[in-house]
Amino acid sequence: MYFTDWQGKPKEAIIKLAMEQLLAFVRKEVYHILRDRKTLLVLFGLPIAQILLFGFALSNEVKNTKIFMCDLAKDNFSFQLTEKVHASKYFNVVGSIDIPNEADEVLRKGSAHLVMVIPADFSTKLSHSNSASIQLITDGTNPNLASTIQLYLRNIINDFRNQVFEKIELPYTIEVKSRMLYNPQLKGAYTFVPGVMAMVLMIICTLMTSVSIVKEKELGNMEMLLVSPMNPLIVIFSKAIPYLALSLFIVTVILGLSVTLLEVPIRGNIFLLYGVCLIFIIASLALGLVISSITNSQQVAMMISLMGMMLPTIMFGGFMFPIENMPIPLQVISNIVPAKWFYYAISGIMIKGMGIKSVLKEISILLVYGTVFIIISYRNFKIRLE
Amino acid sequence: MIEVNHISKSFGKAGEVSALSNISLNIDEGQLYGLIGPDGAGKTTLFRILTTLLLPDEGFAVIDGMNVVDDYKKLRKILGYMPGRFSLYQDLSVRENLEFYASIFNTTIEVNYALIKDIYVQLEPFNNRRAGALSGGMKQKLALCCALIHKPKVLFLDEPTTGVDVVSRKEFWEMLKRLKNEGITIFVSTPYMDEASLCDKIALIQNGSILSENKPSALTASFNYSLFGVKCNQMNDCRKTLTHWKEILDAYSFGEYLHVKTTKGTIGENDIQEFLLAKGLTDIFIKDVIPTVEDCFIDLMKTKKT
Amino acid sequence: MEHKYSIVTENLTKKFGDFKAVDGISFEVNKGEIFGFLGANGAGKTTAMRMLTGLSIPTSGKAYVAGFDIYSESEKIKLNIGYMSQKFSLYQDLKVWENIEFYGGLYGMSSSQIKSTTKELLSKLEIEKESNSLVKELPLGWKQKLAFSISIMHHPKIVFLDEPTGGVDPVTRRQFWNMIYDAAAEGITIFITTHYMDEAEYCERVAIMVDGKIEALDKPFALKSRFKTDSMDDVFYRLARQAQRSDN
Repeated sequence: MYFTDWQGKPKEAIIKLAMEQLLAFVRKEVYHILRDRKTLLVLFGLPIAQILLFGFALSNEVKNTKIFMCDLAKDNFSFQLTEKVHASKYFNVVGSIDIPNEADEVLRKGSAHLVMVIPADFSTKLSHSNSASIQLITDGTNPNLASTIQLYLRNIINDFRNQVFEKIELPYTIEVKSRMLYNPQLKGAYTFVPGVMAMVLMIICTLMTSVSIVKEKELGNMEMLLVSPMNPLIVIFSKAIPYLALSLFIVTVILGLSVTLLEVPIRGNIFLLYGVCLIFIIASLALGLVISSITNSQQVAMMISLMGMMLPTIMFGGFMFPIENMPIPLQVISNIVPAKWFYYAISGIMIKGMGIKSVLKEISILLVYGTVFIIISYRNFKIRLE
Repeated sequence: MIEVNHISKSFGKAGEVSALSNISLNIDEGQLYGLIGPDGAGKTTLFRILTTLLLPDEGFAVIDGMNVVDDYKKLRKILGYMPGRFSLYQDLSVRENLEFYASIFNTTIEVNYALIKDIYVQLEPFNNRRAGALSGGMKQKLALCCALIHKPKVLFLDEPTTGVDVVSRKEFWEMLKRLKNEGITIFVSTPYMDEASLCDKIALIQNGSILSENKPSALTASFNYSLFGVKCNQMNDCRKTLTHWKEILDAYSFGEYLHVKTTKGTIGENDIQEFLLAKGLTDIFIKDVIPTVEDCFIDLMKTKKT
Repeated sequence: MEHKYSIVTENLTKKFGDFKAVDGISFEVNKGEIFGFLGANGAGKTTAMRMLTGLSIPTSGKAYVAGFDIYSESEKIKLNIGYMSQKFSLYQDLKVWENIEFYGGLYGMSSSQIKSTTKELLSKLEIEKESNSLVKELPLGWKQKLAFSISIMHHPKIVFLDEPTGGVDPVTRRQFWNMIYDAAAEGITIFITTHYMDEAEYCERVAIMVDGKIEALDKPFALKSRFKTDSMDDVFYRLARQAQRSDN
């Protein structure tokens, strides 16, 4: 016999042979991944760095906010309020000014992030008309930060008012509820953990997979593989399997880091969370396959993945720029970005503790994407060269 | 064993770039067959069609009774193929590369060890070295081992000796001879004319057409002109002078000599000697030359053009 | 030093760590000479050529190219040499005349000079019709001839040719060599590497590198009589076979 002949062999034997080929191929892929130390370092370093940077940087912004007081009332109530603000771990009262007009100067110098003006009639109005006003003057150069600080400070003031009214027990108190739901401390990490996950999964599954397949074409290995008796689909599966495993591992690392270091809770069902991740990973892998089938150069594959996939993910994923604030046409466009649905589902499950029913829409959309990509890549798959 | 029948192939949106036009070849079982031609002649396109990687526009090819288009699945089991670019994984070791190719062909190194033994012993000391760190000659040997690991019936080698130095080239051709003795049909392409004489049968290819298909000895025997080797003190002047002489069909450099082509029975060595002396050249030495494959190629290329 | 010779090297050495890629080579190349530089893969040809063209600084030893010191005057060397290799020469996605214009500009030729040179060059190669074609559309042989013409369009003193004829058909290969002879007749020194041993015969003198050293340097016929053979192929094979190391 000159060659391996499996024509006459029973079906089980053929499947066994195919499994052995798959196994050999997967082993080879694992070698490739493990030996490319630099890429591996980036793959693990990137999410860890992002989690740490975004997480800490964001909460640190609100922490240690410098406040100047302009206390025109100088009475018991105003002292109590100043004390309460100062006691918060997020704010430091670092100085005071005498007239509100000086606020401009301290803000411009950067000595304060916010100036709190307590009017002279503060106590009177508070006790009698229930409509005392406090002026918060913020440095608006960073609008996100400014509104965050304001929001948080408003919480403290509301808190203060509740305390005061409980004590003196006035009959008619109108309580203004403006509690931040789900993320009372306005932790940036909450919004970022699912975002980082979406980005890293896109990089590994879409970019790495497409580049690694195109590399086989570029180096001429694909020719040799196609001329072998191996079913060409094995090439695809064996590329997908290690990256799928790697992705799930990195998801675990990200979740672990977020829970331990950033104190982001996982409120929903962990299996549901992994299930959604798995669907997104498969959809991204299939997208990577689609990209690899339309190009023959690693450079082009990388360009398409980065420009065509990563940018929209960042722009329209919902974790960098709130989609609600976008013009309507952009909001419509954002719907075609798979990462947006992934982000909604993950933040729903993780932070709001939603169950499967509440994220059914997102899951179905991701499933549709995955199926479509798989069909396209299967149809595009070539058993010959072009 | 391999039968190529009027195959044509074009590329480009409107098929404007013709790569192969009306190619027909016949390769017998157990032959070491050479496809000789410069880069861009269409060698790789023909190889890809025969290895089932490309579809021909016209014509058909049959290997061991199987059609390259319809029976591609069956064919892929009996073909061995070494593409022009060595298809090794640079970051895998010698052993890992070989094991990988063995397993995708559902075999093991041990099963066909006898076949690759001669080549593999030279690689074994570097078993754990990554393929990327091997020399050109070693890479070529490893790629050959990978293409042979499943003991193919027909072996396709696309320019295996391009970019490889003379020493490795010689070794490589010796390996091919041994493989031929194992009964494997070998179809090899090369741009080096001097390798033609090492084949049982050759086809000369240029601009997508076959100039000639023959045994090397029969091809050179069919060279129907007188050929002289001429040497003198000023080779470049000598060539220019000779090309302007109407008795001479062609004069071109060939190693240390000029090859001078004339119609049989017209002029002889003495006539050339006198002509060159009259032109003021000295140290003249003239001899009869047996034409080589390269002489035939040059002749066929020039007659085809005009 | 700069009167008779175009290139002079003395104990030129390049080390990469402990590895001596080029191990103390000394030779002279005469003005207007066609000098063949042969060696197996990994013998050190490329490294030596890189040092001579000013792309790489030697570890030790001396070398003068066109009369300039390769350590301190590499800028002047670059103005006085031409370079062409099989792998990298012309921009495939530019038109023929655009390539000529670009390289002319690179060597500081004026636009009127470039215009006249372009015309001359195209008519010499008999490819006036192809002036507007993209280089990638040309047959390989034409590309290589064009690349060579461009590499000498600024009238360098020396031109370095790195395997210029690899894969080219036998007829075009000879036309290419005729161009080399013409350039040498104009006084341009030719420094060429090749894998074709018949081309070694076309050189006036040939140096054969083995393991970083020059093992033989002489006229082709002298080398053949030294090894008592009638082919350069044999000479090369006998020398290169002794090599201990290989590339990378």
